[in-house]
Amino acid sequence: MAEEVKVFRTWSSPFAFRVVWALQFKGVPYENIYEDLSEKSSLLLHYNPIHKKVPVLVHNGKPLAESLVILEYIEETWKQTPLFPEDPYERATARFWARFGDDQVLPSVFGVFIKQGKEREEAIVTAHGNLKYLEEELRGKKFFSGEKIGFLDLAFGWVANLVSVFEEIQGLTLIDHEKYPLLLAWIQNFMDDPIIKESWPPRDKLITKYQALLGSFIPKEAAEK
Amino acid sequence: MADELVLLDTCVSMFGMRVRIALAEKGIKYEYKEQDLTNKSELLLKMNSINKKIPVLIHNGKPICESLIIVQYIDEVWNDRSPFLPSDPYQRAQARFWADFFDQKAVYAVGKKLVTTKGEEQEAAKKEFLEIYKTMERELGEKPYFGGEKFGYVDIALITFYSWFYVYETLEKFSMEAECPKIVAWAKRCMQKESVAKTLPDQKKVYKRVLELYGLK
Repeated sequence: MAEEVKVFRTWSSPFAFRVVWALQFKGVPYENIYEDLSEKSSLLLHYNPIHKKVPVLVHNGKPLAESLVILEYIEETWKQTPLFPEDPYERATARFWARFGDDQVLPSVFGVFIKQGKEREEAIVTAHGNLKYLEEELRGKKFFSGEKIGFLDLAFGWVANLVSVFEEIQGLTLIDHEKYPLLLAWIQNFMDDPIIKESWPPRDKLITKYQALLGSFIPKEAAEK
Repeated sequence: MADELVLLDTCVSMFGMRVRIALAEKGIKYEYKEQDLTNKSELLLKMNSINKKIPVLIHNGKPICESLIIVQYIDEVWNDRSPFLPSDPYQRAQARFWADFFDQKAVYAVGKKLVTTKGEEQEAAKKEFLEIYKTMERELGEKPYFGGEKFGYVDIALITFYSWFYVYETLEKFSMEAECPKIVAWAKRCMQKESVAKTLPDQKKVYKRVLELYGLK
């Protein structure tokens, strides 16, 4: 039976990249459906009524949302090129780090680049407090998942994808050579992978987009949540 | 070789209760170690140096953290009985989605606002609280459990918050049964299970404790 796999995404969403990378690593053909988030399609809203976000994977007409949930589904549905560890303990550990990444690392890193003055100083301390765990996790390993790219590398793809762009826009280095030699090496190894490389959006396009996004947080006070 | 299992937890934690229910469902023996979160033990700080939170399940010396991750781990290791997740990948993904949705909504924090704030803030919290449960109620539909015919992953994720319904209802004078009848019916159905009934504390006890915890009358 012919498979129909569609990915609702934007050209830049790091969460959507997780999904397309996973499909690409497994050699699963799919169709990209690009969304304009300022004017979401009725189809997207139909497929993801709860969060109304990208990415959404639609497999033979059945939708799934939330990138980490989608990655688990992709792993269970297409068993070639396993991306998750086989051992349950290692799987639990990978899931923990992925959650830590999304719940703590990402907001803290983003916070550095949208805040100003004293709040930025505090945000930097928080971000380093989180990033150091990533550096430690890479000890003795080429990738978070070991010798090859796996689930956790895809989950942390945003570090490779976004941080240097933010750094360039704001003229601020967060991931420096002194503190993060392993993380910087990982970023290079990750980006050098042919599949990752091919899907990488053009840097100047990323700079333009994020310049506008980061700019929208200034001159307001840092967002309260 | 016998498995050695230790659970670091606090008796009132709704997250810890998920793990206890999961262990009970699988009939797994473990050692329970009550933690004092105002004076965290060396063991807790060592086993969860990242977040320093409970629950932590220690399996043959190796720690697993985050309640839903622990529940999945238990399901995968003791996969010969009482599965929590369905076997179909799409159904599994749906279960993971709904448990994640519920946690993303931070029901505990919303509930806290509901009972500790006043005026507009409280009204907003109440609205949010009920919206979350109404969404879950729609997802439940006519099924006996979120897992379908059988008690499963999403049921475990949600049921532990049932012990606080009495708190919200009494302090804020509304009825969950009136607002979300299917959820209440589902909760009572879950309470018929030994693993749930033995794990969830008495609602009136929770009420007393919450009054102390939040300094309420």
